[in-house]
Amino acid sequence: MSATTLRGTTPFNPLRSVRDVLGQVVAFFAENRMFTAGVLLLLALLLFGLIGVQLVNQKGADMGAVPLNQAPSAAHPLGTDGLGRDMFAVMVIGIPNTFKIGFLAGAIGVVIGTLIGLLAGYYRGPADAFFSSFADVMLVIPALAILITISAYVRVVTVEITALIVGLLAWPLPARVIRSQTLALRERLFVQVAKLSGQNDFEIITLQILPNLTAYLAASFVGAVSAGILAAVGLEVLGLGPQNVPTIGRTLYYAFKYTALLRGMWWWWVPPIVTLAIIFTGLFQMSISLDKYANPRLKGATRN
Amino acid sequence: MRGLDLRYFLRRIGMFFLVVFVAASFNFMIPRLAPGNPIGAITSRMANASAGIENGQAMFEAYRQRFGLDDPLYVQYAKYMWRTAHLDFGESLAAYPAEVSDIIRPAIGWSIGLIGLSVLITFALGVTIGALLAWKGTPRMVRAVLPITMIGGVLPYYLLAMLLLYVFAFNTHMLPMSGAYDSGIPAQLTGPYIGSVARHAALPALSIILTSVGAWALTMRGLMVNTIGEDYMLLADAKGLPRSRILWWYSVRNAIPPQLTHLGIAMGYVVSGAILVEIVFSYPGLGYQLYQAIVNSDYTVIQGITLILAVSVGLCVLIIDLIYPRLDPRVTYVSENSN
Repeated sequence: MSATTLRGTTPFNPLRSVRDVLGQVVAFFAENRMFTAGVLLLLALLLFGLIGVQLVNQKGADMGAVPLNQAPSAAHPLGTDGLGRDMFAVMVIGIPNTFKIGFLAGAIGVVIGTLIGLLAGYYRGPADAFFSSFADVMLVIPALAILITISAYVRVVTVEITALIVGLLAWPLPARVIRSQTLALRERLFVQVAKLSGQNDFEIITLQILPNLTAYLAASFVGAVSAGILAAVGLEVLGLGPQNVPTIGRTLYYAFKYTALLRGMWWWWVPPIVTLAIIFTGLFQMSISLDKYANPRLKGATRN
Repeated sequence: MRGLDLRYFLRRIGMFFLVVFVAASFNFMIPRLAPGNPIGAITSRMANASAGIENGQAMFEAYRQRFGLDDPLYVQYAKYMWRTAHLDFGESLAAYPAEVSDIIRPAIGWSIGLIGLSVLITFALGVTIGALLAWKGTPRMVRAVLPITMIGGVLPYYLLAMLLLYVFAFNTHMLPMSGAYDSGIPAQLTGPYIGSVARHAALPALSIILTSVGAWALTMRGLMVNTIGEDYMLLADAKGLPRSRILWWYSVRNAIPPQLTHLGIAMGYVVSGAILVEIVFSYPGLGYQLYQAIVNSDYTVIQGITLILAVSVGLCVLIIDLIYPRLDPRVTYVSENSN
């Protein structure tokens, strides 16, 4: 106790540091209104799904559970589709599933990408050359083409397998961002000092470099989740997503397959489109406002 | 050529072949890594089914031979790569014995026409809007209206496509709902045929343009802002050049080259998006053929199309990379070691 006061530093106070972090988070949200709006939009939608699932009779999402082709009514607020499913039940079950795929896929992509980016950027050498070229190649090949091929063969897919397939293809972009930042950071003075003071490579990467990448990691994660949801919904709309549970994209696939458009069954295709529009608006707002952290070249441009 | 050396060319061309090689390898590996050995499942299913079909046994044998399932893996791989290098994708499974390449070939033309035209229009529109947004001389009215073009950028291509389809084709019958031309008109370069093709392409093209023009305008605006602070702009102003000349030949001219690199990066995304747009409008390009192949479990066609997609995106990126030094002489591509 006395030692710390002698050195003139304030004693460690867990309550205070929690308050500091909270204050920083609040300041960040206050400063980035657009980001906050995006987060709130997505949270509202997710809550709608999570609460709705509790309220609704989930059996209603099974095929043939309710009368076919009913317009919205008191019993079925969003009507019923041509397969005898209650659209409200389908939507509230589908929303969390679509979110789950996107977040899992984004997380997988960012974790793999960060690992590759950190190691390649820190150690350089032939492994770096290999992974960098590989990432560049993967960025050229349309991911949807590979995803379609994989999903066409792996016909029985669950939410988790879809997320895994999408996530395994989502690493190149995060890897490239993290690698270029690591390249710059490893030459910085504080890393050199840490090296001279005897920290090993693992400590330097985790204690010195990683904390300085927080903004890039956050931006990469939002970008990867966004791309993950986009890719997953694309697969679902093709009928290649999870087969065993309702998702937003698959709802659209059925609506399209059974020509809801031509039959005037707007309640079949409007809810999934509106939901997707909300999701992509939220993600767009988040990624636009994080861009200035992850893409320093934009700094001047967005200020003006 | 100024600021350009052989190494740069070779690297870019090497990169292209690497893209093709990796894409082809994926195509080889995916069916073999998939759980439950789908090739085996398909062949045995076909063997059962072929008992009732005329020529069924020949088809089954051809398929089995094509995958060379009795060879060791590296022989299968070498054979596969050899055939792919010769653009031999084998026979369609659903429409045996039609060649996959014969099925794909007509679709390529429609896709290139639709996507190529849409991308060119988007590029021109995005550059213009972005330039006007950043330019101080733009009337305030125009500047207030322009950001509206960015709204579509939030949605994936196919969602806007569905909405456009509903509003303009289903509700008001202003434009056709599906296909690439009216079936009654002979496919010759006559006025009615061209008009019919244009009418059918309008909505798919519009959905690609409206969803991507915002991003173009946004980056163009950023690039323009950078040029506005440059000394040559001040000089041009001091020389008394007309304002429009300064805008287009000094500011825009210098801001455009990085946009092309952006196009190279975005190409894969554009193609992915266009696949889904084609499906929505039943437009007979590669995307629609791909969808049909998925529905019919026509694996050879699926693989042929995905490979063609990867190759064409790689080719676009290569072309952009090769013409880029000509458009932006400020950038030198002499490799670091050579001086």
